[in-house]
Amino acid sequence: MRTLTRLLGFLSPYRWRIALAIFLGVLTVATNTGLLATAAYLISAAATHPLLIELTAAIYLVRIFGISRAFVRYAERIVSHNVTFKLLGSLRTRLYRKLEPLAPARLADYRSGDLLARMIRDIEELQNLFQQVAGPALVALASSIATVVAFAVFSDVLAVVALAFLVLTGVGIPLLARYLGRDAGRRELTVRAELNAQLIDGVQGVQDLLALGRDGDHRQRIARLSDELSRLQRRMARITGMQQCLSDLSTNLALWTILLFAIPMVHDAQIRGVYLATLGLIMLGSFEAVRPLGRSFQFLERTVAAGERIFEIADSEPLVVDPAVPCASPESALLEFRDVSFSYGPNESLILDQINFTVQPDSRVAIVGPSGAGKSTIANLIVRFWDPISGEIRLGQHDLRDYAQEQLRGQIGLVGQNTRLFTSTLRANARLGKPNATDDEIEAVLRRAQLDELLQRLPEGINTWLGEQGMRFSGGERQRLAIARVLLKDAPLLILDEPTANLDPLTERDLLDALLELFQDRSLLLITHRLVRLEQMDEILVLDGGRIVERGTHVELAHAGGLYQRMLEVQDQVFALA
Amino acid sequence: MDKRLTREIRPFHNLLVATVALGALSTAFTILQLALFAKIVDRVYLHGQTLNQVEALLFFLLLAIVGRAALLWLREIAAQEGAVRVKAELRDRLFRQLMRLGPSYIRGERTGELVSTATDGIEHLDPYFGRYLPQMVMSVLTPLMIVACVFPLDWISGALLLATAPIIPILMIVIGSYSAKHMERQWLALSRMSAYFLEVLQGLPTLKLFGRSSSEAERVASVSEEFRTRTMKVLRYAFLSGFALEFMTMAAIALIAVTLGVRLLSGGISFFSAFFILLLIPEFYRPLRDLGADRHAAMEGKSAAERIFAILDTSLPVRLPDHPAKLSADALTIELSGVCFSYPDSALPAVSDVSLQLLPGTRTALVGASGSGKSTLVNLLLRFLDPSEGHISANGLPLTELPLDVWREHVALVPQHPYLFYGSVLDNIRLARPDATDDEVRLAADQAGAADFIARLSGGYATQLGEQGDRISQGQAQRLALARAFLKDAPLVVLDEPTSSLDPESEEQIRLALERLALGRTVLIVAHRLKTVYSADQIAVLDQGRLAESGTHDELIARGGQYARLAGAYSSVAAD
Repeated sequence: MRTLTRLLGFLSPYRWRIALAIFLGVLTVATNTGLLATAAYLISAAATHPLLIELTAAIYLVRIFGISRAFVRYAERIVSHNVTFKLLGSLRTRLYRKLEPLAPARLADYRSGDLLARMIRDIEELQNLFQQVAGPALVALASSIATVVAFAVFSDVLAVVALAFLVLTGVGIPLLARYLGRDAGRRELTVRAELNAQLIDGVQGVQDLLALGRDGDHRQRIARLSDELSRLQRRMARITGMQQCLSDLSTNLALWTILLFAIPMVHDAQIRGVYLATLGLIMLGSFEAVRPLGRSFQFLERTVAAGERIFEIADSEPLVVDPAVPCASPESALLEFRDVSFSYGPNESLILDQINFTVQPDSRVAIVGPSGAGKSTIANLIVRFWDPISGEIRLGQHDLRDYAQEQLRGQIGLVGQNTRLFTSTLRANARLGKPNATDDEIEAVLRRAQLDELLQRLPEGINTWLGEQGMRFSGGERQRLAIARVLLKDAPLLILDEPTANLDPLTERDLLDALLELFQDRSLLLITHRLVRLEQMDEILVLDGGRIVERGTHVELAHAGGLYQRMLEVQDQVFALA
Repeated sequence: MDKRLTREIRPFHNLLVATVALGALSTAFTILQLALFAKIVDRVYLHGQTLNQVEALLFFLLLAIVGRAALLWLREIAAQEGAVRVKAELRDRLFRQLMRLGPSYIRGERTGELVSTATDGIEHLDPYFGRYLPQMVMSVLTPLMIVACVFPLDWISGALLLATAPIIPILMIVIGSYSAKHMERQWLALSRMSAYFLEVLQGLPTLKLFGRSSSEAERVASVSEEFRTRTMKVLRYAFLSGFALEFMTMAAIALIAVTLGVRLLSGGISFFSAFFILLLIPEFYRPLRDLGADRHAAMEGKSAAERIFAILDTSLPVRLPDHPAKLSADALTIELSGVCFSYPDSALPAVSDVSLQLLPGTRTALVGASGSGKSTLVNLLLRFLDPSEGHISANGLPLTELPLDVWREHVALVPQHPYLFYGSVLDNIRLARPDATDDEVRLAADQAGAADFIARLSGGYATQLGEQGDRISQGQAQRLALARAFLKDAPLVVLDEPTSSLDPESEEQIRLALERLALGRTVLIVAHRLKTVYSADQIAVLDQGRLAESGTHDELIARGGQYARLAGAYSSVAAD
């Protein structure tokens, strides 16, 4: 209920447009009912052979209703869609502002990678809030009141009958169907999820299934789940069929009951006979407003569920916050880790355990170790995507937590293993590093990052649009673009987090050479599991299981008989034919 | 497409007929109900009859109402039953076909598309088969039934209905195809908008690194606003078809009502007929209007169905034998002679004229640059593909004469990226031999050098793997695949070594496990490790699909051919 109230709160900025949409919605129902009712009156009145002049008003009304309905309905659809898209836009913007401080610590849940994709679907679900839920409900309410009032003009009894059937059709039957279908519906979702999981396993694991000769077993498992799903869908079909049938029954029974009560009234001259047909058609027509409510109930449940999921994430407190009074920019690029430990949560195992090291200004430090040793976590802590659970990290003279996040990140250039390029021009992607960079500046850094060949190949130079996350670039080119971006940013401390992880050995060497040359006069932290070009480092830290197990220069470590030497030997074993 | 369905899916055909028949019957009840309603009003209003006098009519009206509702229920059940059966049958056939097409078809970027066809695609069939198809028949049948009732009562109204009826489908086709295009564009724009927003959310860390995350909020707002104005422009046209239909229907009702009223005045028609006809007109247009309602969902279902049939029609990559031979051997000699293969979408052959012998108890290392045909050769050996020329034989028996399952019982595959199924570690190893005892599984894991890390997992052998389960490293996954191979105990082992280095522990364990596994078996390794290559009994060098040379390490070095050059290039990089 709280979620619903909050969701409805999103509608309040548009109340006037919504009022207009509701008004047009009621008018749509009214014109249809009006057309049939006045037509029935016209025919009834004509049956007693009056003068044509007595029918003129009715004839005009029939014509007006007949013509206006299409226009009113068209206007209603335009207005309500407009509200929907405005709502969607504001939902996106509000949500973005909520999520921005949470990223990535609260969003990049390391196990559910599709969290964000699901949020996008949930927001799309919320666009139904007005069009399928609030809108139809309000139209139904207003139209039903109008109908009941219209009947009350003739007789109170008829008004009560109309009200009873409208409520039964609009609320009673959908609730009954929901109650009956709840169990099957929930089971259907579970079985469907399981079936999908098995289908995905089957398609993605086809090679192993076939090689192990288990394709037949898997097909049987899917057939069993498929049968179970069919059984549940049949049950659901019986219930949705029943809902349709009951709502049809209720509509026509309403007409029947109105006749039952109105016929004696006609006989007693309480109601003029000429209105009998009209009353019946008003009754039938008014159901147009309440019938969509069955669907609204389904959408209500879905939008509330979507809202709950979104609020749950949007309401969480950011893990990383700015200090009340931030310090000025760090005076130097001196980076220090003092007894730093980290884990993702109180019950999770330690990713980093008592890490100590220093990167002196203009020196080069490498952190190496097998995958899963906690290397990338160190980079994430330095840019404050997460904060350590104990110990402190200092840049210049202060703890990282004493700086404003934007200020801190302004001091750091980071090249990661998967460079994210945005669907935009090459220029816009480069400008992330420096929003006001001129085209000449951009082209200059692209050249320095050895992208001249690419620039010549691109038909529109830096105006070229990068498609689907810049996929048209090779891995090496993407990384070079990331370097160009960092060059533009011109930050004193540089972190390279597995910059060559996805590259072949020759490109790897080229890229590392380029990086080391371009950033000669910077503090540099290189994080890698590939032991290449490490002779050029001032210090190498070997990380394993969250602890520093060895430290020294390449020459010292290469023959120390420790993990570094073993990694070096394994690496030399790989027969690399790029 | 619809014909194909009715031909291929018999039960659906019958249910479609039943649905339409029930629909027609309920239309008949609707007509009856409206006639009774008109009759009662006529009696009470014009003939001054009392409730008692119309009692019988009211009773019949009640019967008609209840009967119609019951028919609607049955119709919905029949329609949904049809959809449920179509979905179940196509799901099964699609999965069977995908298994037959195998990994050479399901690869790369196509995997995601196939997965969504098999899951969401099948469910999309619902609105098409459950609603749209029966509705399409009804949209012809119902108006015909109504007109048949109107004509005997009043030929003028009947003629008017018949005259306006064709205008509606024509209008719908003309405007419909126009607005359908607009609608498609709108759906596309909406999905692009979502893609943009997803990209921004996923890219938040990058935006933060560059201090641009707070300013992006304004862009989200402006892109949304731009999307809204563009979409509203599109919708203005898209809603035109609805407008035209609505306008036609309403104008026709008004026109006929006014004519009926004026003719009643002059006594040209009876009240009962006029009122009955008035009640029938909306029913005449109703099915046409309903048809438009589920259009988008139905079209999505139709394209899903077309996609599914396209997959079902894809020709199989392997030939099944007419007279299957038997094979039961503890040792296998594999002979490839003049084997060629080309993928349908490529002009160059992937494998060309390869002849090679693999002997029991020996290890053959397959080396070559990426794209040289190594994985195609593996696919041919496992019969995920059949050679286009030449043949592969096992102990002299051509593989094509063997049933697939019989042949695959003789091969164990250890892929570079083994797939871990949703289930426990124990289940995942046991896939290789479902009747293996727990002890046999543990023994296999032990032989594969996997026992230690399994013991360290949160739940040991019961640890859940797969999407939602524990993450394990590539090296660990490959040891599980090796455990499967030990458990399967097949005479031929095909192993694809990882291209990049693993953690030192995995490297060592895999090497030792492979030594144990190779004993007495025929082994083919797609090799990426120097030690593996050096110690192989035979090295086969592939170059652009051809077998460039083969022999032992020393022989090939002495020859001074391609292998010697490759090995030389490697050692220079290593020394570099």
